[in-house]
Amino acid sequence: MLELARLSKTYADGTHALADITLEVRESEIVSLVGGSGCGKTTLLRLIAGLDRPSSGEIRLDGERLTEPNPSVGIVFQEPRLLPWLSVADNVGFGLSALSGGERRARVAHALDRVGLSEHAGRWPRELSGGQQQRVAIARAFVTEPKLLLLDEPFSALDAFTRASLHEHLLGLWDESRPTVLLVTHDVQEAVTLADRAVVMQPKPGRIFDEQPLRLARPRDKLSPGFESATRRLLSTLDNSLKPAHLAKAERGREAAALWW
Amino acid sequence: MAEIAAPAQAQGERRAGSSSGAFPIAPGVKWALGLFLPLGLALGWELAVRAGLAEGRLMPPPSRIAETLYALARSGELWTHAWATLWRVAVGFAIGAASGILLGALSGTSEAARRLLDPTLQALRAIPSIAWVPLFILWFGIFEASKVALIAVGTFFPVYLGVAGAILSVDRKLVEVGRIFRLSRLDLARRILLPAVLPELLVSLRSGLGLGFMFVVAAEFMGASEGLGYLLVDGQQLGKPDQILAAIIAFAVMGKAADSLLVAATRPLVRWQDVARERL
Repeated sequence: MLELARLSKTYADGTHALADITLEVRESEIVSLVGGSGCGKTTLLRLIAGLDRPSSGEIRLDGERLTEPNPSVGIVFQEPRLLPWLSVADNVGFGLSALSGGERRARVAHALDRVGLSEHAGRWPRELSGGQQQRVAIARAFVTEPKLLLLDEPFSALDAFTRASLHEHLLGLWDESRPTVLLVTHDVQEAVTLADRAVVMQPKPGRIFDEQPLRLARPRDKLSPGFESATRRLLSTLDNSLKPAHLAKAERGREAAALWW
Repeated sequence: MAEIAAPAQAQGERRAGSSSGAFPIAPGVKWALGLFLPLGLALGWELAVRAGLAEGRLMPPPSRIAETLYALARSGELWTHAWATLWRVAVGFAIGAASGILLGALSGTSEAARRLLDPTLQALRAIPSIAWVPLFILWFGIFEASKVALIAVGTFFPVYLGVAGAILSVDRKLVEVGRIFRLSRLDLARRILLPAVLPELLVSLRSGLGLGFMFVVAAEFMGASEGLGYLLVDGQQLGKPDQILAAIIAFAVMGKAADSLLVAATRPLVRWQDVARERL
């Protein structure tokens, strides 16, 4: 289980990026963080990954406190971030240098097979398309079998078709080891497609606005009424989160009045 | 109107189809194209001298230069001089490049080292390297040591700057990948920094090598009994322009050969690079 307790981040220049984030994510749960730009979603992932330090609060994974990069936490960035001087297979196996050669090759081959890139194992990253490169990055994160996987808008630069096929690859890989997943996205439909729960964040400073469970049967049908109503509900929550505070309060007041009547 | 527009359109299509511009060049001709200008000029000059249109005393025709070069090669003199020059460049380049890589790596990876070293090195760099010649002669004598020292100084600065600059500009995003996989400082240097700076390191080594050949001439001007630079001075003092030109040609061939060797030896290391064109 991932626990975030009163997590805050203020940068050296005084930017208040995150305020008082408290969140629990169950084992094997897929949670998506949704929110407008600048609401600290990426900052939050960087804190959990150990790339930045929180100003206050703490992060625990299965009771163990995380303060720096941890072997049980994997991350896929917005860009593939492949090392251009390594072949596709060597990129996937980059984090496995502690394993023996045979074991490493077997794991890499399996992961490449799962993302459908076996025949590209010996190529350079530059020879792959953007979607293929991101698949390599996903394989690189999964191959170390992390308990917690952080995904920072990994599909945002891809076209709709590629994105849909990557969603399938991701769920297929997830199903093998069932890690806990924290997915940052600004795409509501993506959140509803993948997540068990959506957490909506609000900017200035970044904080949690609301959350919405997504209890839809898998595999999910994008045309089913349940999918559509969940999408619509999440969109309206997101809309509310982007309104200035006083407007939101006035609206809540109006709703209360309507109930009273 | 339509008739005028049509050929222009066809030309545009052809341009889009070929990568080398408006006039496609056959592969065999591409290589020969570079030889066209020098060979044409040489042939023109030869004919002009033969026809009596030019005197050719101060600017000897190619045939006389070739004769001189052949005579020098046959007597073994050419090899003695070329070998002396090559040895000086090799030793000076090795010392200069090694210290440039070492200090450049220090300066690039540690801020403390950069603050300590860089201002002094930048100040030293501002001194024209030839200005060291009198001092080096006083310190190291007029024989090999002072010459090698001058070449090493000339090679050092481009390599130092190239390495330090390359390390400082390594993509933070790739360094973060290393941090995510918890690489030690040594592994980070070996598995991420080194391959990332390699292309720029090779470029700086090449310019260092070029400067090495420049400074070997200066070094041999300041008093040498052998070396291609000595052939130049000797040719000037005895009024033998054909010997000067023969030495210049030997320099050109040697410099180009050394550079090509460096490029060929290191090409397998940078095969992964995503470059649009073959580099010069």
